[in-house]
Parts: sequence; structure tokens; C-alpha cells
Amino acid sequence: MVDIVKQPGLLRPAPENFLSETQVAAVAAGRRDFLRKSFLAAGAAMAAPMAARAAVEGDSNILNLPEWSTTLGKPVATNPYGMPSKFESQLLRRESPGLARVGGASVSFAPLQGLFGIITPSGLHFERHHQGWQDIDPTRHRLMINGSDDKLLKKAKVYTMDELMRLPSVSRIHFIECGANTGLEWGNVAVPTVQYTHGMLSCSEFTGVPLKTLLEDCGVDYKKARYVLAEGADGSSMTRTIPMEMVESGEVIVAYGQNGEMLRPENGYPLRLVVPGVQGVSWVKWLRRIEVGDQPYATKDEAVHYIDLLPNGLHRQYSSIQECKSVITTPSGGQSLLTQGFYNVSGLAWSGRGRIKQVDVSFDGGINWQTARLEGPIQNKALTRFNINWVWDGKPAILQSRAIDETGYVQPSYGQLRAVRGTKSIYHNNAIQSWKVVESGEVTNVQVL
Amino acid sequence: MSRFSKSVFVFALFSASTAAIAFDGYQGVGRQATPAEVKAWDIDVRPDFKGLPKGSGNVERGNELFEEKCASCHGSFGESNEVFTPLAGGTTKDDIKNGRVRGLSSGELPQRTTFTKVATISTVFDYIQRAMPWTAPKSLKPDEVYAILAYLLNLQEIVPADFVLSDKNIGDVQKLLPNRNGMTTDHGLWPGASAKKGGIGNGGVPDVKNVACMKNCKSTVQIGSTLPDYARTAHGELADQYRHFGPVRGTRTLEGDAAKPAAAANPNLELATKSGCMACHGVSNKIVGPGYEEVVTRYRGQTDAEARLIGKVKAGGQGAWGSVPMPPNGHLPDEDIKTLVKWILSGAK
Ligand code: HEC
Ligand code: HEC
Repeated sequence: MVDIVKQPGLLRPAPENFLSETQVAAVAAGRRDFLRKSFLAAGAAMAAPMAARAAVEGDSNILNLPEWSTTLGKPVATNPYGMPSKFESQLLRRESPGLARVGGASVSFAPLQGLFGIITPSGLHFERHHQGWQDIDPTRHRLMINGSDDKLLKKAKVYTMDELMRLPSVSRIHFIECGANTGLEWGNVAVPTVQYTHGMLSCSEFTGVPLKTLLEDCGVDYKKARYVLAEGADGSSMTRTIPMEMVESGEVIVAYGQNGEMLRPENGYPLRLVVPGVQGVSWVKWLRRIEVGDQPYATKDEAVHYIDLLPNGLHRQYSSIQECKSVITTPSGGQSLLTQGFYNVSGLAWSGRGRIKQVDVSFDGGINWQTARLEGPIQNKALTRFNINWVWDGKPAILQSRAIDETGYVQPSYGQLRAVRGTKSIYHNNAIQSWKVVESGEVTNVQVL
Repeated sequence: MSRFSKSVFVFALFSASTAAIAFDGYQGVGRQATPAEVKAWDIDVRPDFKGLPKGSGNVERGNELFEEKCASCHGSFGESNEVFTPLAGGTTKDDIKNGRVRGLSSGELPQRTTFTKVATISTVFDYIQRAMPWTAPKSLKPDEVYAILAYLLNLQEIVPADFVLSDKNIGDVQKLLPNRNGMTTDHGLWPGASAKKGGIGNGGVPDVKNVACMKNCKSTVQIGSTLPDYARTAHGELADQYRHFGPVRGTRTLEGDAAKPAAAANPNLELATKSGCMACHGVSNKIVGPGYEEVVTRYRGQTDAEARLIGKVKAGGQGAWGSVPMPPNGHLPDEDIKTLVKWILSGAK
């Protein structure tokens, strides 16, 4: 009995990874005739579904009941904290070799190439630490709010986690993107997959107290205090300046919850700042202190890093907003299409200035564009999933996506971005990403100007 | 409030003491911080030097301290590229005069060091005080920070070798920073009030303008850059970085032996990575701690080395290789530490 249903139109003589587990097992078991047949099939290309099909009784996965249909499964609470399937071992946070010199001051990227929808599983949220990560005892954690000057705040206060969690809370879905996301690609293509080009990006539901609530509880004087300094409790005691306008809008949250549970230690357990639309470095983790002030602070990560070098030698300082951007995640660099035919092309769009209004996709390198479907609800400063139908005819193609946000801003091309900012600014690269598909089905990273 | 007044009234009939339906603050939540608490945590130093502690330190003392506490990672002259980009170098006498580092626009700078970028001396003081040395942050006294900063400024040829830096003269040094005029806030990426309205930035106006053309937008597609061959394989086997089912497959990028996942091939290396050792040790190169091959060479033939090193890794410590301490690793299972030390001493293969 033949134990496979041959897929019509398999384009390539299948390398090992194009075979199903059963097919691989068949080959390993010495069924080399199968390989010969599949080469022949590939040779015959897409001509017709296998003539032999009729002679085949069917798929052994259907005809021979698998063990999971014929045995007793595992009891409840076998895993008190559930884990992904053992078959899901490929999608992991990964570092990019050569990017950083020590693991404590480095980045791990989220595997966007395999994620669905808009929420990043907490265990796959990207990481960026400057001085390693800590797992802080929440009963010993404190949040202090003070003023650079007594006149800016009626009373400096200290809050415990018990107290913060008694206050009225909000839950909101927001994206977080490192200012340096796609920074490796300012000058030229440098990395192979969307994990490394765009993986300093995640999106979660955050729960916490609006910072505004706390500042008003301390009696802030909004007239004088126009800047906020946020400071972490870890070794780096990361600090960043945030404008009071954002706090007053109610958007800035002192968060403890992430996707229904407490924050993960790598993401700032037990307390972090959420600054929607602003680059990740301002979302201070392990938040221990908020100072209100009448001047920006020029901290190391806004005076030496996270500054954008322009061609004239000046650096842009206090650049914070993540402008409108999008990327196709399926198919994307480092992947290969299996066969010609239908594909649901899928990707992510986001804007630090509000909601996504439209995403257009091109299959010919930007000559013609079609508007993609947006999966709702479309939320403020959150990832938005887009999808569009595509029938691949086996010819070379260049896939691109171009997002437009509610302010009308249209995501720019590499050419447009470089004309203004050059190629050395490291941060805030929101150019249109291009993925080239060749006849073999392999997808690679290219830059279209 | 008026539309609620009736129900408040009815409620009051039942319980006169619960009059406070109107919101009256978050009672019982938070307490006033004591002055000592604020002092302990409020360590930030602003560009106008608000928050700067009193104190002083000279270049010579700074040199000693730097050698002792910083050089292992940053190099004796702040030039090292080993753990991070260099602190010092890259500026000229002219830059000090002009307050703009010319190398930033001329393309002559091989690498942007701290002093080629920083426009505010407060930033460097603040950062060293809060975060350095990397493995022992917040351990420096103000006088030590002044001394180290004096040394760095002298390396940068901003102050002479006999200089004493203090809270009194740091403002004069600010006027000599090579890139003090090198920042602009005239851009659209600041989410607060614009400079015109007393804030910074241009109020959010973008610098790049694309239009959403839909049909026949250009006649040719110009590819500016493609993935270099070395970059295709530099991130390991891409086939193993995507599910083995689904609409697409990860492209197989490595052939033969190299295609085997490294982790499966080397469980010891995996354990060392998982245990955090590889953040500070290379197999052949020093990172923060010695390379494993150096360790092998040093302890070759010493039969008690294994037991001693197991103790050392567990408890942490310094002095054998320099003044930078290794943090304790007592949180790891004893079995793992033993496995790791055995593996290191056998050549970390
Ligand atoms: C164990 C290694 C180590 C030691 C020892 C160390 N540093 Fe660092 N230093 C680092 C790392 C890693 C970073 C980058 C941190 C980050 O990514 O934010 C850094 C960053 C810095 C920076 C910021 C540079 C920039 O351009 O952003 C300064 C300044 C600095 N160190 C000064 C010092 C001084 C002064 C000492 C000694 C008192 C010291 N360091 C000791 C590892 C070290
Ligand atoms: C934060 C950095 C850091 C980490 C993490 C770290 N080490 Fe070290 N290690 C050092 C430093 C620094 C030294 C040198 C200490 C000295 O001079 O005595 C060292 C020394 C050593 C030595 C030689 C000790 C001696 O006395 O000669 C061994 C063996 C060693 N480390 C193994 C490990 C192992 C195994 C791990 C992981 C469990 C580990 N290290 C994690 C920094 C680190």
C-alpha cells in the first residue's frame, strides 16, 4: 500500500524538509522508490494530479487510526503551567550573532515568522536588557514618586505593589517596538529573516494604573512639571524622559499585568511603564521611581544612545515616536513556498501615532498595489493584522506592504527615508520591507529603493 | 452630580455614615516618602547639574580607579571594543573649539565613541554613578566618580593631567565638550509639546512624505541591496527556525554536519549558555571572565583544580584573573556546576 497522498504540483524535487514526517520515515525505512516517484512527479510538474491517485486507497493517517485516537490521554494538571506542544520547538527568541558582545547588554528577537494575530505570547516577547534581567521579589518592590523640586509636587509618595493593585486599573493592547528595530538594515540588507529584521516588536494586553492617577494622587502641578523621568530598579537603573502631555492624555500606564498574568521577569516584573507609540527604551522595566521635572534629563539612553545621526553630523535627540510601519510575515525571508497556487499573505502593521487606516500590498516590487483586509478590532497604537489573497504562478515576485495610519502618513520607501536621514542613523527605520520570491519558491530579503 | 443626588439621598437614609459617595481620593493607598528615602533613590543628575553631589577627584586618582574597576572591560584607555563600543577617542582639538565632532559628518570616524556623541557632561556623571562598574553598579562614591570622569576627560584631551574635577568647575568643562553643539531636537518624533509651545521638537510633523499610489507607480523596480551570502548562514539553520508544517517551510541553509542543531550536538555548551556562563566567558576569548582555554592552560596538571573551581564558580569571587568579580552561581544545581567545570577543564569542546 502506498502511504502517501502525493501533492499535485510539488515544484521541486523535494529536499528532506519538504516531506512530511511520514514521508521522511518512509524514505528512512528504505522506501527509495518513493523518492524516485516524487522526482518523476516533479518532472511531470503540475501537469495533472497523480494518475496513480485512483489506485491509492488513501492517506495512512486516515486509514490507520493514529495512537492519539486509540489510547487514553494525559490527566488534567499534568502541566500545572501549560507549555507549547513538543512539536513547537522551532519558534524561539533568538539573538543575532555579532550584534552585541555580552548577553547582559543584548537583544533577543521575537519569531514573528510563525506568530498569528496580534498578541505576542509572553514567553516569546522580545528582550532588550542593558545590564541583565532580574527577578524582583514583589513584596520588596516599591514605586517612589517625587519632584525634581518640591514646588512641582505636593507630596513625594511611596507605593507598595499591594497598594498599586488596589487602585482603579485599565487593560489595553499596545505594541512595543525597540527604536533600533530594523536598525541593522539602514545601509543594506544584513539579516535573513523577519525575526531579525523586525523582531524587536511585540504586542500585549497590559494592565495597570494610569500614571496620571498616581501623579494626581501626589498633587502634581501640571503647569510647572512638563517632563517625567522614569527609572528602573535594576543595575542599569534605566532612565528616560517622557513628555507630560502623554501622561495627561491618560495613555501612559504603570503596568503589572501582561496578557492576563503578571509581567514576565524579562519584561520588568513586577512593574513597568507602558508608553504607547513610543520606542521600547522608554517603557522602563522594573520601574522604581517617577520624578516630575521642568526640564528634560539627557540620560545616557537619550544622549549617547537612541539618538539618530543625520548626514550633516547632527544627532536627533529625544526621538521617541515609532512611525507607521508594516511587514509581511508570511511568506517572508528565509522561507520557501511549497507549491504554486493559493497563499494567504499575512503581516503586521502599526503606528505610534494612532490607528492603522489601510495596508496595501504589492507583488511586483511596488509598481501596483492592492488593499489588504485588516483584521479588527483595529486598536490605538496596537499591532494590526492584515491578510490578502495571492495565487503564486511560479514566477519571480517581490512582495511589499505599505501601511497608512489615521493621520494619513504613508510608510516610506528606503529611497525616501535615506534621502532625508542618510544610512547611519541606526534608529527609527520604518521603510517598506521587500521579500523576493524566486522560481524555486525561496524567499529572500532584498531592498527596493 | 445632580442626576445622582436622589439615589445618594435614598442611600443616606439607610446609612448616614456612608455619605462619601462623591470621590474623596485613594484613601489608604501610598504614604509620604521620607527625606532619607528620596535621597537614597533620587540620584539623577540633569544637564543643569540639578542633583549633582558635592565632591571632587583628580586625573591621577581616576587613572588608578579606572585601571582597577573599569579597564578589564573598557581597556586601560577606554579604547576597548571587547564588551562595548569604546568610551574615548575620535575627537580633535578643533572639535573642542567648535563643539561639533567633524568625524560624524566626514565619515572619517571608524566608530562612534561616547565622547564623539555626548553633548552633556551631566549624562556621563549620572550614568557612571548609577550603572558602572557593570557588575557592581552604584558602588562608586561621588569623589570616585569625579576622579574617573576627570581621567576620561584627560584621555579625551579636554582637561590637563593635573586637573581636579569638582561640582564647582564641571560647568566649565561642559563648555569644552567636543560635541556639545551636536544635538538637534527639531524633528517630529517627540510626542510632547513643540518647541514653539515651550516643549521640544516640531510638534510631530514627519520628515518623510510618501503618497499611496496604487497603479503603475513606477516603470522599473530598482533593487538596492540583496542578502549577502555570509548573512544567509550566519544565523544558523533557518529550516529549524520555522515550523515543520504550515503554508511554507524554513529554507534549509546549512548542509551536512553543520545543519545539525548546535545545541543537540553539544549539550554542555547548551548548559553553559542556559546557565549564563557564556555571557562572560568565551571558549577561546576573554569576555568579562577568562576564556575557557586560558583556564585549561592555567590549571593543567593540578589535580585539585576541579574541586577548587567548582567552589569558586558556586561562590563567585575575584583576584585569580583580575579585579572584576564573578558573581556567585549558587542558584544553579550542584550537578550542573560540576558538569560545567569538568567540561571547561576538558577543553570546553
Ligand atoms: C564587567 C564589564 C564592565 C566594567 C567592569 C565596566 N563597564 Fe562600563 N560598560 C559595560 C557595558 C556592557 C556597557 C554597555 C551597557 C549598555 O548596553 O547600556 C558599559 C557602558 C559604559 C558607559 C557608557 C558608554 C556609552 O557610550 O554608552 C560608560 C561611560 C562606562 N561604561 C564607564 C565605565 C566606568 C567608568 C567603569 C568603571 C568604574 C566601567 N564602565 C566598568 C561593561 C563594563
Ligand atoms: C558576570 C560575569 C560572569 C559570569 C556570568 C560567569 N563568570 Fe566565571 N568568571 C568571571 C570572572 C570575572 C572571572 C575571573 C574571576 C577572578 O579573577 O578570580 C571568572 C572566573 C571563572 C573561572 C576561573 C576561576 C579561577 O579561580 O580561576 C571559571 C572556571 C569560571 N569563571 C566558570 C564559570 C561558569 C561555569 C559560569 C556559569 C555557571 C560562569 N563562570 C559565569 C565572570 C563571570
